[in-house]
Amino acid sequence: MNNGVVISADGLTKRFGDFTAVDAISFEVSKGEIFGFLGANGAGKTTAMRMLCGLSKPTSGKATVAGYDVYNQTEKIKRNIGYMSQKFSLYEDLTVKENIRFYAGIYGKPDNFIKEKTERVLNELHLQSEGNKLVKSLPLGWKQKLAFSVAIFHEPQIVFLDEPTGGVDPVTRREFWNMIYKAAASGVTVFVTTHYMDEAEYCNRVSIMVDGKIEALDSPTQMKKTFGAKSMDEVFIKLARKAVRSGD
Amino acid sequence: MKQFASFVKKEFHHILRDRRTMFILLFMPIAQIIIFGFALTNEVKNSRIAVLDNAKDADAASLITQIGKSNYFNIEQVLYTQRDIEKIFQKGKIKMVIVLPQNFGNDLQHFNHAQVQLIADASDPNVASTLTNYASAIIVDYQNRVTNDRKLPYTINTEVRMLYNPQGKGAYSFVPGVMAMVLMLVCTMMTAITVVREKEMGTMEVMLVSPVRPLKIIIAKAIPYLLLSMVNVASILLLSVFVLDVPINGSLTLLIAESILFTLTCLAFGLLISTVTDSQQTAMFISLTGMFLPTVMLSGFMFPIENMPLALQIISNIVPAKWFYIIVKNVMIKGTGFTIVWKETLILVVMLFALLGLAIKKFKIRLA
Repeated sequence: MNNGVVISADGLTKRFGDFTAVDAISFEVSKGEIFGFLGANGAGKTTAMRMLCGLSKPTSGKATVAGYDVYNQTEKIKRNIGYMSQKFSLYEDLTVKENIRFYAGIYGKPDNFIKEKTERVLNELHLQSEGNKLVKSLPLGWKQKLAFSVAIFHEPQIVFLDEPTGGVDPVTRREFWNMIYKAAASGVTVFVTTHYMDEAEYCNRVSIMVDGKIEALDSPTQMKKTFGAKSMDEVFIKLARKAVRSGD
Repeated sequence: MKQFASFVKKEFHHILRDRRTMFILLFMPIAQIIIFGFALTNEVKNSRIAVLDNAKDADAASLITQIGKSNYFNIEQVLYTQRDIEKIFQKGKIKMVIVLPQNFGNDLQHFNHAQVQLIADASDPNVASTLTNYASAIIVDYQNRVTNDRKLPYTINTEVRMLYNPQGKGAYSFVPGVMAMVLMLVCTMMTAITVVREKEMGTMEVMLVSPVRPLKIIIAKAIPYLLLSMVNVASILLLSVFVLDVPINGSLTLLIAESILFTLTCLAFGLLISTVTDSQQTAMFISLTGMFLPTVMLSGFMFPIENMPLALQIISNIVPAKWFYIIVKNVMIKGTGFTIVWKETLILVVMLFALLGLAIKKFKIRLA
């Protein structure tokens, strides 16, 4: 890894037949950064993220994640990343502890590590007394925080968050972002997609995708200045208006 | 390995916590065996019949007594006119009417030729034909006794032996059928549903992003259902031997090995279904129409394949249950060994690998 760059993409492209979902995007993300990946539905965010996670092979271009190539080192990439989707992806019919155990187990973490860290994580989440309860019984906000803790439980270098705050109330969203800050402070790189423009303001840098291309990439403050906008919302609407594609 | 163990453990949690589903899975085979064994039977007992005796002579009376004495028939009603027949059938209780003509005794004694009319309610054709067969047999029997002292010019006696199933019990054919049906349901449908559920919940995505190999995920999912199926096989076999008196004439080991083979084939099919669907409903629908119905219709367990149109006969060959049904019938009822069923076994093995290969290929395509 050079200069603390943990994700780099250079002309990364994905085509499905005639359709170019992701059109030669280039960017770099450094260690411990919170990188916001914005775009309207159908702009190509998810496809781009899937390529970075090793779920989908790019059509052309270059990219490395945690120093590994997305074409042929996907196994190594997978060991070094965490992932959380908007569905939270916890098993409702397993208890909190069982969920943690299971996900830590699939990353091959040793038993004593899991045991000790489980206690710590439950303490941080104030879920000590809920450890043996089924996830089904938890409120949405707790599920979401738990899902994030599970995604970074195996101490990945990078965590990918795919619209992690969908359907959650503003207070819980705020708390959730505090967790993200804490993780970033401890050196985890956070790559997050979101629809909420107020959340974009929390990021160190954001990129805005329109029709498969990155139209803007900067810190929120700088971006607002460039576009002469008062809020990220305004910036986004100015850019998204250019979009030809729409929908999912 | 530890990774794999935590997977299997998780799958067991899913199954054990879903009490209702587990209950259905474990008790369905028992219920089916009992229903098929005691309720759904083609054998006819104590059927209600009526008699219209126009002869009213000694021979007619003794024939009627003979029929009434058998276990198959209960003479519920005695009719007096032809018109009553229609009425009584419309009421629906009476399934067959025996009509004796006016000169029955006379014809029999002096012309060596008498006629009996059997009128059956064929709105249920199977029952009707069974009833008329039974009644004909009793009448032939009666005739033999009557003519015993007189020599008939020619007679051909048929001596029937029902091989492998001397009592002609329905259980001999439905136990293998129910086994095929239950395994199909448990394995194909449940595997398809459980994999698709992970897709719906988004957990599949998380696992695919993790370093676990997809093949491992799939195998771990299949193991609990394989075990559950073996429990079902055991309960079906125990019930058939101890409750229905269906013997296991062949090798038990072979029978179990073949069951495992069939189970794996069903699992592979379930996985294939799960790779082409995204919702639990669709998965269930495809499993039911794609697997369950063909199993019931085309495996030969309900309807004989030999009597089907050629096209259906050809289609029946791709139904795994057909081959399993043949194997189980051979091993369990006829007591034959592997040398007889190796061809069917080979077909199942080929199906297993074809389905599994296809499922894995589809699974990988989805990732690309």
